[in-house]
Amino acid sequence: MAKASKQTVSEGLQRVTLTINGKSYSRDVEPRLLLVHFIRDVAELTGTHVGCETSNCGACTIILNGKSVKSCTMFAVQAAGAKIETIEGLAKDGELHPIQNAFWENHGLQCGFCTPGMIMQAYWLLKENPNPTDDEIRMGLTGNLCRCTGYQNIVKSVRAAAKEMR
Amino acid sequence: MVPRKFEYFAPTSLKDATSLLKKHGSDAKVLAGGMSLIPVMKLRLGSPAYIVDINRIPGLDYIKVAGKSVSIGALTRHHTIETSKLVRDKLGILAETAGWIGDPQVRNMGTIGGSLSHCDPSGDWGAAILAVRGSVRVKGPSKERVLEIDDFLVDTFTSALKDDEILTEVSVPLPPPRSGGAYVKLERRSGDFATAAVAVQVSLDAKGVCSYAGIGLTALGSKNLRASKAEAALLGNPLTAKAIEEAAEAAAEDAQPTPDPLRGSAEYKTEMARVYTKRGIELAVQRAKKVK
Ligand SMILES: Cc1cc2nc3c(=O)[nH]c(=O)nc-3n(C[C@H](O)[C@H](O)[C@H](O)COP(=O)(O)OP(=O)(O)OC[C@H]3O[C@@H](n4cnc5c(N)ncnc54)[C@H](O)[C@@H]3O)c2cc1C
Ligand code: FES
Ligand code: FES
Repeated sequence: MAKASKQTVSEGLQRVTLTINGKSYSRDVEPRLLLVHFIRDVAELTGTHVGCETSNCGACTIILNGKSVKSCTMFAVQAAGAKIETIEGLAKDGELHPIQNAFWENHGLQCGFCTPGMIMQAYWLLKENPNPTDDEIRMGLTGNLCRCTGYQNIVKSVRAAAKEMR
Repeated sequence: MVPRKFEYFAPTSLKDATSLLKKHGSDAKVLAGGMSLIPVMKLRLGSPAYIVDINRIPGLDYIKVAGKSVSIGALTRHHTIETSKLVRDKLGILAETAGWIGDPQVRNMGTIGGSLSHCDPSGDWGAAILAVRGSVRVKGPSKERVLEIDDFLVDTFTSALKDDEILTEVSVPLPPPRSGGAYVKLERRSGDFATAAVAVQVSLDAKGVCSYAGIGLTALGSKNLRASKAEAALLGNPLTAKAIEEAAEAAAEDAQPTPDPLRGSAEYKTEMARVYTKRGIELAVQRAKKVK
């Protein structure tokens, strides 16, 4: 992790500067502000969802310095200096990312609430393991809950994306 | 789900961190992976006034062989241990334990030092480190101590750490040839805390007699427990089906479970201690026989 900003800005607030999808954001925040709220309310990137707020559902999954984490279980101050990737950063030049495309093609979503977290977790999983078995896909997504699909098509989507990306 | 206000520090040396802890005493808490502390703060079950984030302190995240031990820095993430070739080759039980913890995102953040310090009786690391008879290094503002894991795990959510001490390293003796280990866990659903889990590490001599036995229990007492009677039942004996069955019965006596409204009655957990100890020993022995 990069250096934290030590500077105390005004009473009780702390300066947090970090990068999301290549763009720098800086704001004085209370240390208790959760990273997911920095992303949604400060950076106004609302693709990252809040499902449970109790570290269980994975809807808030983002990539922090290359690793998938639940952004509801981290303070924004912890991420000072970090490089963050969210669902908004995946599509390039109007082209969906292969994982997004695979979810589209394989009905990997119904209501779509879990989808940003699912896709970010799949994105990390396929970097770690570009050729996963179905079991490995399921184990890789145990931190992400979906109330709609029954998971079959999510697994299918990740499998299809893996094939496309190899 | 908003924690109470707190003041946040991100010191860049152990010296600064321990002096902050000393200054603020029991009002301060160390923040490592945050996977236990932050949920506690969000539910306001605990509201420390000062948070000392140790993630900016360099040199606490490593896995290396040091003499006859493997040393693991306190900030090493569960995922790093799960996927470490060194750990898989030398101490497979630790990689297996790490893989059972929570889900991938939790394993990307959560640390071995945080888990042990948290002393959750349902936590997985305590049992595994008991099984391999590891020790921990803790650092205070002026001195450093090394404690056996049995002395470090004191009670439910209570470790031997003083308010101004930081756990810096976990150290585990390298097992001799013909050793094997296993972590077997019963959970209601993938990613859950254990209903019951058992860590087993054994070594066999050239004749197949058990020359080392370590057995740790998860969610079967007020803290991670050493199954001493079960260990004694194995040590010095050839590991026949009968010996394994006796050790499993002994583990059920070692277990001191409290009923858990979510995960099962004391009777059920005791029976699971027996079943999972048996499975754990069988697997560990199988693995010990394959290792040269
Ligand atoms: C959804 C979910 C599922 C989980 N499932 C499991 C599971 O199945 N099995 C399991 O074992 N755990 C599970 N956990 C807990 C997880 O393993 C935590 O990572 C671990 O318990 C705490 O480690 P941490 O690094 O996150 O510590 P933190 O949350 O940062 O700290 C925990 C406590 O330890 C203290 N502390 C931390 N590091 C140090 C240190 N180096 N020195 C002194 N004190 C320190 C803190 O002050 C705090 O009191 C789960 C967590 C979540 C959110
Ligand atoms: S909102 Fe973060 S895990 Fe559910
Ligand atoms: S698509 Fe509705 S929760 Fe997953």
